[in-house]
Amino acid sequence: MREEAGGNRGYLEKKGFWSWAATHDHKRIGVMYLCTTLFFFLIGGIFALLLRIKLLYPGQEIFSAYVYNVLFTLHGSVMIFLFIIPAIPSGLGNFFIPLQLGARDVAFPRINLMSYWVFVAGILVILASLLRPMDTGWTFYTPLSAKTAADVTLLSFGIFLVGMSSILTGLNFIVTIHTMRAPGMSWHRMPLFLWSMYATSIIQVVATPVVGITFLLLAMERLFGIGFFDPTKGGDPILFQHFFWFYSHPVVYVMILPAMGIISEVIPVFSRKPIFGYKAIAYSSVAIALFGFFVWGHHMFVSGMSATAAIIFSLLTYSVAVPTAIKVFNWIATLYRGSITFEAPMLYALTFIFLFVVGGLTGMFLGALGTDVHLHDTYFIVAHFHYTMMGGTVMGLLSGLHFWFPKITGRRLSEKLARIGWALIFVGFNVTFFVQFILGFEGMPRRYAEYPDRFQSLNVVSTVGSWLLAVGILVMFWNFIRGLTRGSPAPANPWGGLTLDWATASPPSTENFEEIPTVSDWPYGYRKKEGGR
Amino acid sequence: MSYRSPDTETAGMEAAAGHGHADPAQAREAATLGLWTFLATEVLLFGGLFTAYVVYRIRYPRMFHEGHLKLDRVLGSVNTLILICSSLTVALGIVAIRRGKVRHLRRYLVLTILLAAGFLGIKVVEYSDKFAHGIHPGTDIFFSLYFMLTGLHGLHVIAGMVVLGAVAVLAGRGMFSEGYHTPVELSGLYWHFVDLVWIYLFPLLYLVG
Repeated sequence: MREEAGGNRGYLEKKGFWSWAATHDHKRIGVMYLCTTLFFFLIGGIFALLLRIKLLYPGQEIFSAYVYNVLFTLHGSVMIFLFIIPAIPSGLGNFFIPLQLGARDVAFPRINLMSYWVFVAGILVILASLLRPMDTGWTFYTPLSAKTAADVTLLSFGIFLVGMSSILTGLNFIVTIHTMRAPGMSWHRMPLFLWSMYATSIIQVVATPVVGITFLLLAMERLFGIGFFDPTKGGDPILFQHFFWFYSHPVVYVMILPAMGIISEVIPVFSRKPIFGYKAIAYSSVAIALFGFFVWGHHMFVSGMSATAAIIFSLLTYSVAVPTAIKVFNWIATLYRGSITFEAPMLYALTFIFLFVVGGLTGMFLGALGTDVHLHDTYFIVAHFHYTMMGGTVMGLLSGLHFWFPKITGRRLSEKLARIGWALIFVGFNVTFFVQFILGFEGMPRRYAEYPDRFQSLNVVSTVGSWLLAVGILVMFWNFIRGLTRGSPAPANPWGGLTLDWATASPPSTENFEEIPTVSDWPYGYRKKEGGR
Repeated sequence: MSYRSPDTETAGMEAAAGHGHADPAQAREAATLGLWTFLATEVLLFGGLFTAYVVYRIRYPRMFHEGHLKLDRVLGSVNTLILICSSLTVALGIVAIRRGKVRHLRRYLVLTILLAAGFLGIKVVEYSDKFAHGIHPGTDIFFSLYFMLTGLHGLHVIAGMVVLGAVAVLAGRGMFSEGYHTPVELSGLYWHFVDLVWIYLFPLLYLVG
């Protein structure tokens, strides 16, 4: 690697396996998380492409229904547990929380390292369970998951470990944000990314133990037949769904909140305007975290639930839309009359807003008791979920990756390649998933290997879209690899951001800052600093 | 807390030897907050089981009544007493180290671990009695709950013994003093939590008919 721009390699200076594997540096741990999770993003993507290829044909061509079941289970499990939950919090969060706080590290660096290795141990256990692969879908509903021949017990244990890692990371972040803020950084001077990470961490800490006990009970069900979820023993499979969604609904906010945090950082930087409604955005993160705990029932409207419970859950579900809409309106108000430039991070941020609004509004259809009965378990759900998770979280992550790549690596990406990648991803994503709304409306159920012939043409469109999307992702990764080896050296603050992560070198030194900065203002005072337009 | 001069920050950094925290008070605050947060996750972990308890007790009141009659109330009461005493000994240990008495601390820690071992011993007696009568996890929902709740609690007792043992060893190496004893306080806090869970388990399983 060539030494450039004063030869500053910062925290990347030391080389060798142990300098990474045993590091206490939050930045290196963050990078390890990013590499691991992005690797599983590609693996999960390959599963998705195979699924789409299968769905070119309505019958059981290409591979059997069993293989199809295994593939969609793996796609969901890998993407959710190994990519989308940890990617932003554990990856970018680890790297940027201490930097934006003006701290030298997280509160518990050793627990941070342990958390990474517990995550890796969980991955290994999950991989071991592939000898008898899971075929129940990522939701593990009983009684199927209690009876299938797949190695659910081992898989449960693996997910338990991954959850433990998630808890430790969340705990670390909460304590870090409480105790390690730079002098002068009051709560209301914190970057919004930190607010969203704080809310995320609270969900991780409170919700994850519940899925831990759920999977423990599932394993015990298989080992000892404890009967909690087995109707023949007086148990109730619906209870499993309640347990599962008590975790898995809040956890969708673990996925989306950090992405919203990134958007709240990127939008003002590329609009050269102070963020509009700082407090509203900050508190809406916390509100989403709180409301998110009381809406899990909307996954179970057709599972068997009293009308009263269903109405309450539906009402609460709509209430989550309020803090979410507050964010969207504030981002748009920030854009209004800004000096907008369209570099790659901004393109992805705007894509986030556009796609996430589509995902959010289609969520309204599903929160309504009447329409949900029609749309439940159809491709409409698949499309809605991917618009929020891929159109939302992944676009936020990609925005963040392009935004912070110079800071993490000390090198710049090719803007041209980044734009080509973005365009392919944007078009490919919409072609893939928009038609699935239509398929769902027309009644195509999800999770079946076969479908009626009349759905074939739209499925072909969707599959072709998935190829476009894949090419876009490959172009983007090619750009990352190219940037790592051949990118031009990045200045400390390539985008003119005002948060503390831009106040140190690119890449930062191991200590982050030569001297801990003192904060006297919020990090969004763009006009004031630049003398206005 | 947020208003420290940069000088103390760097000085504190060197003192804390790469431990991220500027000064001992801050490190203590962080560790305490960390442990309370951890205890919150523990509450939620047990919370799942308590929820299952509520659901099935409402659905099968008779099963719970008949099940609880088969549990040994005397042994359960003795165990409750033992755990309450162990909370006392841990608390006395913390009082001792606050006054700088390391030897007293060690004595109380060893006593706590012995009490915990006694608790587990009685639990083993109870378990084997149940197994001898053909009662095991899966017999019915009540006993599944009984074994899951007391089993998970038992694991926490073992974890607590390991932690207290480690603290006792560190105390023997002279790591704690009047001025620095955060790990003692935090392990004590954890032990109180383990005790508290049992305080709920005992009436829910042994007394409520």
